[in-house]
Formats: sequence, structure tokens, C-alpha cells
Amino acid sequence: MSFLSSVGRFALFAAMAAPAAVYPLQTAVAAAPTKVQRVAIQNFAFSPQVIVVAPGTTVIWTNADEDPHTVTANDKGFHSAAMDTDETYSFTFTKPGEFAYFCSLHPHMTGKVIVKG
Amino acid sequence: MDHDHGHKGLNRRELLGHCAGWAGTAAVYTVAGGVVSSVSLDAALAAGKPAAKAKPFTFVQISDTHIGFDKPANPNVHATALQAVDRIKAMAVKPDLILHTGDITHLSKDDQFDEAKQILSGLDIPIFYVPGEHDFLDEGQGKTFLAHYGKGTQGLGWYSFNHDGVHFVALNNVAALKPGGMAHLGDDQIAWLKKDLAALPSSTPIVVFAHIPLWTVYEAWGWGTDDANQALTLLRRFGSVTVLNGHIHQILHKVEGNVSFHSARSTAYPQPAPGAAPSPGPLKVPTEQLPSMLGIRSANFLRSNAPIALIDSSFA
Repeated sequence: MSFLSSVGRFALFAAMAAPAAVYPLQTAVAAAPTKVQRVAIQNFAFSPQVIVVAPGTTVIWTNADEDPHTVTANDKGFHSAAMDTDETYSFTFTKPGEFAYFCSLHPHMTGKVIVKG
Repeated sequence: MDHDHGHKGLNRRELLGHCAGWAGTAAVYTVAGGVVSSVSLDAALAAGKPAAKAKPFTFVQISDTHIGFDKPANPNVHATALQAVDRIKAMAVKPDLILHTGDITHLSKDDQFDEAKQILSGLDIPIFYVPGEHDFLDEGQGKTFLAHYGKGTQGLGWYSFNHDGVHFVALNNVAALKPGGMAHLGDDQIAWLKKDLAALPSSTPIVVFAHIPLWTVYEAWGWGTDDANQALTLLRRFGSVTVLNGHIHQILHKVEGNVSFHSARSTAYPQPAPGAAPSPGPLKVPTEQLPSMLGIRSANFLRSNAPIALIDSSFA
């Protein structure tokens, strides 16, 4: 299911400084080799909480909180290490389906990636 | 194996060595008159049978030292943890033992655990730890914490011990958390607790300590333990049960029959009152106000049938 899965401390992207920069992926054309969707982790919540993406989309989560968080699939199909402030995790979704995830440190934080062909 | 424990828990000798490792070597401290307290590790751990006659003693709770945190809410958690050490040293009655209710570190890093040990080694008092979720976030999901503090404990770090007639139970409610849930004890730990408590007469005073509250303080922020009731069901027959936790960085109390719940201040930074902010993240307050929102808690145990008297004192 995954091609890319990484956590790193990046220089703060301009896009990340804006709250939950979301790109309209549903209308994306197949031309671009990498489709990217960003999810902010802010105020102990995933934002947007639910995203719908096309197969092949790389989702990048960025922790904007002062507390560490994780991105952990409910079925453990993907999981990040603990991300400190400004750290990111990315995962590429290749197959259609619904992928529920949560923060394993603060399990009331939940989110979902819906991959639609 | 110490048969007094009534379970395959901590071997007293192992624990003694273990504690000595945490507590460091000799330190100078003040002991004033008042309540008689045992001062050696041997005495602290020489519990006697659970039904042994209780005698008065003092212990301390510290919590949420968050070693490694460096954000504006408190850029120097090392210094505030040292303040806790100084406060404990200055106590009129030297405490017999200290309970650390977790989030020792901010990011479960080996050097953060080492730094915490180094800070607390200024106290010549045995310290008993439970992990917070910040101590369990390494890739090994608690491996680093357990390497530092897990020797002789059960499962993922739970254990119990007796001290001067009081039965202390250390629980881990930060492991294997489930999506959408709150803190969690898990069936293995609850089964162990049942066994641990089984042999104790109901007159035994019980102190339970765990990181996240065992009562639901605020579900929307995950401030509770979803299977706590199973543990509390086992505890309700006891005449005096004191449940101590950290995690929420503020003082809160609740009494339910013979069970009283007490949430302690952090030594690092405050958090908002339940629901009072968009999230439970660190609360930034003016620098001069910070000491009044950090602190330690002392507990005076007088006799079996009296509640343990708690005194919260801030660094202000």
C-alpha cells in the first residue's frame, strides 16, 4: 500500500504556516506524478479530519502543536513515530478504501483518509 | 521473592537496588521533629505484612517533570524540577518515599530519562515511578522507560509494594491505547490487580498511583481511563483508597465513597482547566505567574481509618 513513509523535521513550509492548506484533489488530473494532500495536527485535532483523495496521493501530516502526536492507522497498516512540533509524516495511499487513524498518545484524536479511484 | 507481597511482584532486594539506583547516593537534608518517619531504603521497603499495624509517615507526589520540554510555556523545566527537589529537601518531616506520576520526560529519550535521574538524585529518598504517555512514545513503545524503571515490575511496568501498613499500587494506563478511547489499563493489568488485592484485608489503606486520571475529568480531551471502573470495582471494598494522578497539570479532587481521586500539579507547566481552551496543550502564563501554577504534593498518613491528608504547595 505504501511507497513513501517518512518522518522528518523539515524547514517549516510556507503552506504549513497556513492552517490546514488543502488542495482540491478531486479535480486533479493524472498528469502530476505526485499528488499531495496536507493535514495539519493542531489543537489536538487532525484538520481536516476526513479527507478524500485519489489513489497515489501522498498525505503529509504536520504537527503544529507543542505536544507530540502520532498518526497511527487503526489497523496498524501505517504509523508514524512520535512527531514533535513542526515534524511531519507522510504516507502514500495507493489502493482505494477507507483508512481510519488516530493519535496513539491522545486516542481521542481520530481522522480518516478515504481513497477513491 | 518477598512473600509479604502476596504475588510475584517486586522482590524487595531487587526493588531496593533499583530504588537506590534512582535515588542516588547520600544527600544532605533537614529532618525536623514531628511525626516519626523511617528514613532508610530498607525501612521504606520493609513493609511487613499488609495487615501490619500502620504508623504515621509522610510521602510526596511529584508529577509531569517533562524533562526535554523547551517551549515558551516553560523554557527551563530543568530548573523547575530542581525547585521541586529543593522543596522536598526543605520539608520539616523527611518523606519516606516519593511517587512520580509520570511524564518524567517529554519525548521518552534516553538522555531525558538520564537528566531526570540526575536531577532527582539530589534526594536520598526512594522514588517510585509510573509512566506517562510522554514516557511511552519511543519506537519501542515504552522500551526506553522500561529499561530505566521496569526492572522487577510486572507486564508493562505495573507493581505494588507495602509501606508501614499502606499498600501502594502503581498502574500504567498509557500503553496500547485504542482509537477514539481514553487512557486504558487493559485486561492483563486488571487481572493482576485482582490477584494483588485479593489477600488484603479491607482495612488496609490503599494508595493507587497512575499517570492519567482514573475518573473521567473531561472525555473530549481524553482525560479519563476507559476501563477504570473495573479497577475501581476491585478497590471499593477497602475502607480508604487514595488515587493519585498527574497528566492534567492542575489540582482537582473528587470523592466517591471511600475512594478519593487527586490530580496533581506539574513541575513543568500548567494546562488549561477542562474545556477552558481550544486544546489541552501547554498553558502560557506570564513568567511571574508560573511558579504559582507549578508545585509538589505531600501526603501525611496518620492512621488506617483516616483519610490521607494531602497538602499541595506551589513554587510561588
